[in-house]
Amino acid sequence: MSPTILITIISLSLLAFIFAVILYFVAQKFKVFEDPRIDEVQAALPAANCGGCGFAGCRNFAEALVGADSFEGLNCPVGGADVMDTVAKMLGKEAPFVDPMVAVLLCNGTPEYRPRTSKYNGASDCRISNNLYIGETDCSYGCMGYADCVRACVFDAMYMDNTTELPVIVDDKCVACGACVKACPRNLIELRKKAKKERKIYVACSNCDKGGPARKACKVACIGCNKCFKVCEFDAITIENNLAYIDAKKCTFCRKCAIECPTNAIVEFNFPPRKPVIEVQTETVNG
Amino acid sequence: MKTFPVGGIHPPENKLTANLAIGYLSIPESVTIPVSQHIGAPAITIVNKGDYVKTGQVIATSKGIVSSNIHSSVSGRINKIDTIVDTTGYKQTAVCIDTEGDEWIETIDRSNEIVRDIKMSSEEIIQKCLESGIVGMGGATFPSHVKLSIPAGKKCDLLIINGVECEPFLTSDHRLMLEKGEEILIGVSILMKALKVEKAKIGIENNKKDAVDHLTKLATGFKGITVHALKVKYPQGAEKQLIKALINREVPSGHLPVDIGAVVHNVGTAYAVYEAIQKNKPLFERVVTITGKSLSRPGNYFVRVGTQVSKLIDAAGGMPDDTAKVVNGGPMMGKAVNNIDVPVVKGTSGIILFPEYESERPQVNPCIRCAKCISVCALNLEPFLLMTLSEKSLFERAEEERITDCMECGSCSYICPAGRPLLDYIRLGKSTVTKMARERNIK
Repeated sequence: MSPTILITIISLSLLAFIFAVILYFVAQKFKVFEDPRIDEVQAALPAANCGGCGFAGCRNFAEALVGADSFEGLNCPVGGADVMDTVAKMLGKEAPFVDPMVAVLLCNGTPEYRPRTSKYNGASDCRISNNLYIGETDCSYGCMGYADCVRACVFDAMYMDNTTELPVIVDDKCVACGACVKACPRNLIELRKKAKKERKIYVACSNCDKGGPARKACKVACIGCNKCFKVCEFDAITIENNLAYIDAKKCTFCRKCAIECPTNAIVEFNFPPRKPVIEVQTETVNG
Repeated sequence: MKTFPVGGIHPPENKLTANLAIGYLSIPESVTIPVSQHIGAPAITIVNKGDYVKTGQVIATSKGIVSSNIHSSVSGRINKIDTIVDTTGYKQTAVCIDTEGDEWIETIDRSNEIVRDIKMSSEEIIQKCLESGIVGMGGATFPSHVKLSIPAGKKCDLLIINGVECEPFLTSDHRLMLEKGEEILIGVSILMKALKVEKAKIGIENNKKDAVDHLTKLATGFKGITVHALKVKYPQGAEKQLIKALINREVPSGHLPVDIGAVVHNVGTAYAVYEAIQKNKPLFERVVTITGKSLSRPGNYFVRVGTQVSKLIDAAGGMPDDTAKVVNGGPMMGKAVNNIDVPVVKGTSGIILFPEYESERPQVNPCIRCAKCISVCALNLEPFLLMTLSEKSLFERAEEERITDCMECGSCSYICPAGRPLLDYIRLGKSTVTKMARERNIK
């Protein structure tokens, strides 16, 4: 072996050793302590980075979970109770029960019910249309149908129905991340508590006008007539600004309000068919 | 010939009604008078259902400093006070009056005699403008008394009168200058007195040569008023562009013309001021151009405020079958109305009926980076960037790029070869940024 090679090997090894020592001390000096549990928690989260928890992404949420004293107010709507329980077990804490939610559209103004009185041909964007004028119909509260919410949904849980010209929410896919709620410039989407068998009953209207103009603009508008409020035995219904609202937490799904509603503004889904009206009448007579 | 240096476009002029004298539209059977016809706080109604009002009577009083009085434009009984959709496309309160005859309040001088002597002092003129509900007649409807009250510490040395009318189709200012030239010049003298300035410059685009000549001839009889012809270029009628073109002073971003010593008023405003001061007639009537290529009888009319647009269309020979869009204002900055029963307001300079082939928006294609929008922007902005920032909701960045400087002239959307809805998004960004700034100020 020629001395040149030998010198090279020795000098490089020496340099490598010196640098290694420097790097070791520098690493010690500038070490940032990171809880190893953050990585574990992050791995357990769904990695959707949807922002439904209120944090920028799953990593930030994992950091918040690890740093939190209790899980109060922290919830991953995508993973639901399963994921939260897993994470709670990992960190030795208790995950409070959070009702699973689902998004619903508070407007039922299809072209059939809510006639179009003008035509908009600006940029296809709800925000712009909402900024420009009351919209294609006479209802200044209803859905404009340019699909801002559909574009905001990263879970493919929404699509536009071409006949109703309204967005449709697919309950099975909806994780209640709230992206559509933020996207809607008219605040027409609400996250409601999920009920047994996917049952839903709510006022599908956001019109705060008085009865006359509301009805004129849309056949299925809530006219604030108070009938549902009077019939409800559970104080679940409130009326504010000529608009009824059913509190999902108090509602017992008796469906009396839906029968009373003169404009069919209260909609119900996934219920068994009602008994025919004649039968109900005979029962009352007999009873 | 003078013009502003940066940007600008020259759309086809289409001044179909330039040679048609101003007629008087018959008084409609009913009027709908919105209480907010100006920038600022809506006026407060002081009449009730069933009341009898005379023409020129105050029906709503101004609320706060930036606001304006509203007067009845007909005599008759108040039918109802209702919520209607007006020319802006939003709902607002309006007073509906069923016409009974045409009885004016006694103080209005209805003779045709021209009154030249200005008896009022500066303060009295400003007060009278407030009482008479005078607002900027160019379209922006900013209350004139606010513009005439120079804030303490600022100095105004020049009055600029805007007779540019750079919007295609519109001819209401043009006709007014030809037919009411003397009244306008007296109005200008009144404004000069109110502002305590010695000089006034009237800027008129050179496609209205007859108006330039007419006013130049008349102006020899008035002290300090000069008339200047300007090269035809849109948007020269914008305040800042007109100042730059006439006196080569630039209004800094976020400032008002008064900061550089100039105040701009429209010729229509000058005429309204003349009528208010010399004839004691409040603002309840204005010149409106009704035009469109398919219309059988387009024309210029003196229209009472609150008249339904449909009445105006009837006077112009009825709505043509191919009409697809009815625009309130000019074709560049005007807004399509969502029904033809909306009332004419103080800011309505024209109603244009567009047939289908003229009203279709182009198909939207990707941006090809040609930078035409930048070269036409009269305010040195980058419209393509502002649009993208608004589209992606990056409003803080849009604010840094000075989106609030945009005057919404629409030159960028007009020139874009890819048919991109630039102004639609910029308008959205501008209103969002303004809202953000307001919230910040409250905090």
